[in-house]
Amino acid sequence: MMEKMIFGRYVPGESLLHRMDPRSKLIIVFLFVIVVFIANNVPTYAVLAAYTFLMVGLSRIPLRFLYGGLKPVFLLVFFTFLLHIFMTKEGPIILELGWLKIYEEGLRQGIFISLRFLLLILVTSLLTLTTTPIEITDGLETLLNPLKKWKFPVHELALMMSISLRFIPTLMQETDKIMKAQTARGVEYNSGPVKERIKAIIPLLIPLFISSFKRAEELAVAMEARGYKGGEGRTKYRQLAWGMVDTAMLLFLGAVTVLLFVLRG
Amino acid sequence: MDISLKNVEYRYQADSPFEHLAISDVSIDIPSGTYLAIIGHTGSGKSTVLQHLNALLKPTKGSVLIGSREIKAGRKDKNLKSIRENVGIVFQFPEHQLFEETVEKDIMFGPMNFGVSESDAKARAKEALQLVGLPEDILEKSPFDLSGGQMRRVAIAGVLAMEPDVLVLDEPTAGLDPRGRKEIMDLFYTLHKKRNLSTVLVTHSMEDAAKYADEIVVMHQGKVLTKGTPEQIFSDPVALIELGLDVPEVIGLQLKIEETFHTKFSKISLSERELAEMIAEFLRGGGQR
Repeated sequence: MMEKMIFGRYVPGESLLHRMDPRSKLIIVFLFVIVVFIANNVPTYAVLAAYTFLMVGLSRIPLRFLYGGLKPVFLLVFFTFLLHIFMTKEGPIILELGWLKIYEEGLRQGIFISLRFLLLILVTSLLTLTTTPIEITDGLETLLNPLKKWKFPVHELALMMSISLRFIPTLMQETDKIMKAQTARGVEYNSGPVKERIKAIIPLLIPLFISSFKRAEELAVAMEARGYKGGEGRTKYRQLAWGMVDTAMLLFLGAVTVLLFVLRG
Repeated sequence: MDISLKNVEYRYQADSPFEHLAISDVSIDIPSGTYLAIIGHTGSGKSTVLQHLNALLKPTKGSVLIGSREIKAGRKDKNLKSIRENVGIVFQFPEHQLFEETVEKDIMFGPMNFGVSESDAKARAKEALQLVGLPEDILEKSPFDLSGGQMRRVAIAGVLAMEPDVLVLDEPTAGLDPRGRKEIMDLFYTLHKKRNLSTVLVTHSMEDAAKYADEIVVMHQGKVLTKGTPEQIFSDPVALIELGLDVPEVIGLQLKIEETFHTKFSKISLSERELAEMIAEFLRGGGQR
């Protein structure tokens, strides 16, 4: 059930994207989120899509796996599409069914916005798929370091992030385990009336909460026992290395951005 | 109820980069009333086999026959609940599945899911609690106020109260103290005899396997390596040790004695008593020499 989830999941590999510095990947994703909004016509969206699919190709993540993992998102994308198609009332009417009117601008907006949405999800997924959680937090911590001047708890934030990312798979496993145990006790999670299925969440959530709290406590004790006392004076085991690829990829995104401005309608 | 696995294969996360073959070509017959022990290393596929016994997992190849129901690869199955009513599983660390406000409610949860009336479920809770050796006054307590050992017993009671025909146990005594261990294992054995259950025990403890099981299946790297009676399985202790598995302490002792005294006893002993008798005989024979 939970096996197909790809959010926050890392797929080990040796691809170009895997070898990049997490900092450059974070910057690129951050910039991409902004750059996406430059696009406003067919050529610009085509460029964005081409860029995204090039990145997917470079990551060497099997397409079938990516597709399977994003399936639940498609529903959301489709919903966005419907919302726009019915809510936008501009331009000539292209279809009229009784009270239902579809405007040209609505169709346009629907397609563009859902495409934008999809591209954003793809690129951000690529980040987590090709970067270990530890790398992401390391990268983020270095990138946010300047904020320390203003007393921003950078280290604590990074630690919180790495701990939560680290425990996503554990939590999933635990969910699966407890689900199975309760299924064996006669709970039905995959069939039966909706009301019953909602009720079935309680025997799943309570054990999960209890074990999570317990685990948090144990983790805190274990960290203290190993002498953890915050980020002051802490050295790094993994050194980040900015390479040629990273500069090249950033420049490439810059070039794409320029191209987008040129093609923009 | 008979259970039989035929050439079962199971892949975790099939069709993804994480695909992982857990078991393959596993065939095991568990006729009604058998006490079967499955032994093997961590990661040998024991727990995966176990989850096929009540259709929690569906084979990716092969088929599982549970009573009259056949669970086959590549087919949708409906109403698996009736299977789960008959096959109770005590998972590893079952205390993790407790969630109700009171011990009583938690034990009643299983039976009531299978349509047992509230009053009957209450009676079953009382009975099950007694079986696992807990005092009746904890019925109204929160399961989370109990000690670890007590929680384990409550969780086991929750499965026993379902009154299954087949009891599947996944290392039910892991982490318990020696006395609790023995009490729980003896309880399962008594129930097995008294209610004429089929019992499937997944364990690391060769002692338990030798002591209770009618039949032992040795799993290795997702395959059934050998199966047979405890006498057959432990008659070749050297092979087991080579696999990195332990042999029961009695057998270990027997091997050491045989080595030290350059002798070979007529058979492998499965209990202290048997070994003591063989040693006595050896000593008497030695005296005559």
